[in-house]
Amino acid sequence: MATGVAAWLPFARAAAIGWMPVANCPMPPAPREHSKKQDELIILNVSGRRFQTWRTTLDRYPDTLLGSTEKEFFYNEETKEYFFDRDPDAFRSVLNFYRTGKLHYPRYECISAFDEELAFFGIIPEIIGDCCYEEYKDRKRENAERLMDDQEENKDSKLPNMNFRETMWRAFENPHTSTMALVFYYVTGFFIAVSVITNVVETVPCGSTPNQKDVPCGERYTVAFFCMDTACVMIFTVEYLLRLFAAPSRYRFMRSVMSIIDVVAILPYYIGLVMTNNEDVSGAFVTLRVFRVFRIFKFSRHSQGLRILGYTLKSCASELGFLLFSLTMAIIIFATVMFYAEKGSSSSKFTSIPASFWYTIVTMTTLGYGDMVPKTIAGKIFGSICSLSGVLVIALPVPVIVSNFSRIYHQNQRADKRRAQKVQKARLARIRIAKKGSSNAYLQSKRNGLLNELLDLTGSEEEEQHMNKTSSLLESQHHHLLHCLEKTTAHEFVDEQLFEQNCIEGAQFSRSPSLSSQEGFTGTCCTHRSRKRIPLPNASLSTTHTHTHTQGLQELSAIHIQCGDQPSLSTSSRSSLNMKSSERSRINCRGQQITTAVISLPSPTNFPPDGDGHSPANPIPAPPTINTTTSSNIVKVSAL
Amino acid sequence: MMNLDGLEMIAVLVVMGLFIKVLEQFGLFEPVGGEDSIEDDFELSTVCHRPEGLEKLQEQTKFTKKELQVLYRGFKNECPSGVVNEDTFKVIYSQFFPQGDSSTYAHFLFEAFDTNKNGSVSFEDFVIGLSIILRGTINDRLNWAFNLYDLNKDGCITKEEMLDIMKSIYDMMGKYTYPCMQEDAPREHVETFFQKMDRNNDGVVTIDEFIESCQKDENIMQSMQLFDNVI
Repeated sequence: MATGVAAWLPFARAAAIGWMPVANCPMPPAPREHSKKQDELIILNVSGRRFQTWRTTLDRYPDTLLGSTEKEFFYNEETKEYFFDRDPDAFRSVLNFYRTGKLHYPRYECISAFDEELAFFGIIPEIIGDCCYEEYKDRKRENAERLMDDQEENKDSKLPNMNFRETMWRAFENPHTSTMALVFYYVTGFFIAVSVITNVVETVPCGSTPNQKDVPCGERYTVAFFCMDTACVMIFTVEYLLRLFAAPSRYRFMRSVMSIIDVVAILPYYIGLVMTNNEDVSGAFVTLRVFRVFRIFKFSRHSQGLRILGYTLKSCASELGFLLFSLTMAIIIFATVMFYAEKGSSSSKFTSIPASFWYTIVTMTTLGYGDMVPKTIAGKIFGSICSLSGVLVIALPVPVIVSNFSRIYHQNQRADKRRAQKVQKARLARIRIAKKGSSNAYLQSKRNGLLNELLDLTGSEEEEQHMNKTSSLLESQHHHLLHCLEKTTAHEFVDEQLFEQNCIEGAQFSRSPSLSSQEGFTGTCCTHRSRKRIPLPNASLSTTHTHTHTQGLQELSAIHIQCGDQPSLSTSSRSSLNMKSSERSRINCRGQQITTAVISLPSPTNFPPDGDGHSPANPIPAPPTINTTTSSNIVKVSAL
Repeated sequence: MMNLDGLEMIAVLVVMGLFIKVLEQFGLFEPVGGEDSIEDDFELSTVCHRPEGLEKLQEQTKFTKKELQVLYRGFKNECPSGVVNEDTFKVIYSQFFPQGDSSTYAHFLFEAFDTNKNGSVSFEDFVIGLSIILRGTINDRLNWAFNLYDLNKDGCITKEEMLDIMKSIYDMMGKYTYPCMQEDAPREHVETFFQKMDRNNDGVVTIDEFIESCQKDENIMQSMQLFDNVI
């Protein structure tokens, strides 16, 4: 059912007048309102606070609690009002949703309390308006993270049925799970520290033999340092291989940052082993040693704070980018200015613009080494402007970075932009599914309507009750509108899967010779599918419509009632299925020739009992028969 | 010396200008003259239209007071400014036909309701149109339908106009129909229509032909009264 525009349904139905002269078939009768109620005020008593609204306001959203008959459960006979034992403050938002069509999230409200209220009243949170949706999602995420943190701490108990690999992975990720893991954790930490200290001490000048200048310790105790290095690299290699083995998804593990750091940390050693004693590349070899310092990043597995710092920097990428950009701009400007200002002075250090970059950077960051100073007056003026603006440019993005850091530190997790996009997609997908529900509702009710008609065939009032039992008046009016459109265009709404099935089978059947797809592809009409309560109460159609139907398809979901000349067949019990002598269900299909090529059951005895109406009563590869008789009573009930 | 001073002056001016640009990027001052555009937008959205009184509308239409009240409440809820423009109209109408594309038909409907051709439908237009459809005589309704089909309002319906209307109706069915929608289904339907309506076979349907043919068709006469009790 269209939500929120229920008040315009009368207009949409009135506008259907435009289809009437164009249609070739009679239209279905309109659903009758059994009681023409005036619009009345409903009193909703929520924990003592009374809200009043029109009944039609609530009827706008029939798939919620207040819009459907579910609210009758809460009706209080004595006070003639609906009583709900819920929070009246949250109820305000709920009721405003009915009034305005937009759901807002109040900021003072707790997120889980609000969610519960929405769930109680049957409203999906995805339709929160765009004005409040960001806030809602942020709060929800915070809440979820908080809950997840609590859960993680309780997750330490070992789950049964974990194989060796999973145990190892858990041990690596969470060292507190077992003693072995803790030992491993500390051992690796120790070796990282040892390796870093070794690298540092290697370059310290040790005492030397008197006739030589100071040599670094590394060159003096080469063997010792080499052994130390080898030991550390052994440990790291073993650790990396074990992690690789235990990882649930090796590909993802290899792409992760930590594993790249691990690889970078141990690779220089192996490269060094491979290319020993090759004089040409010894320079490169020295460079490789620099990469050994990356071992220090391995500490980030051991330190939460380091990880948070990394996340912060990643999340503040845009602010950092802005900082860098504005700094670069200012540097270029000031360097140029200083160069031209100092060009005149003698023995100026400002030999070129790139040389002035150094001065500008040092000044803007207020370092002021003093190795380059301006000597002219213009240079000094611009120099001071440079340092003042440097303070400004650097100071401005910093608070943003700081606040980010503190937020992450408190939350301990940060959804990045990729996750936000996924959430947005998921939200849109959920809204789309809910909307599809409304179009599916029509198809669903068609099937339900047909089933109801088949299964319950006695008096007319019962039928009416049946019809009105499952759908509200608004829904039945909307469905009537869609039905009129079907009649006008002589096509029907089906859902996607059925459509695809039909198309596939259409292709298969298109070449069967026994297909009665003769001429007459014109003016397709709807009579092959006339339902019981069809058209017009006084049915005295004198026009003969020639109805041929372009049908090469197997009907899989239809209940087909082909009827003959006599509208008042009441002979066999089966005929009660398709026709009664009562007026309501008289089918005006005089003089028709309906040719179909599909499953049909020409003999009454084969027909399965009514209750089976929706069982797959017709085996598919029945030989297609052509029914051209006008007096046959054929009811095909195929699988729904 | 003079040259340097000149250069310094220019350099100072250039630097100042660049500085202002950088500060603008920080949002410290807006470029002058940019505020007007924001206010222009506010102008349009505060157009408000109040309909004439209930009594006057009761005279002009055949609705009772209660019916007018119910209609206005619904109207005002969707369009608080008191008028519907075409886009809102299309959005509202599309809610009823989730499977297909109802924008073309909604456009034609809008043209039919917007009698004074000012691009918006006020409550009076809306209610007068509905009054003809729901409370008028059969002839009135047929006239209204003819007006809807006659896209250029020249008094006769050509095949092209009818084809446009037919396509728009078929568009509302969407893709998933049974049987599969053929490409020429609208065209065939138009042919059937013209066979029925065009008495003198001159390729257009005039208002008299239309009314005459419709009056002869029982189906159409019945269905014209189908929505009488919609309000």
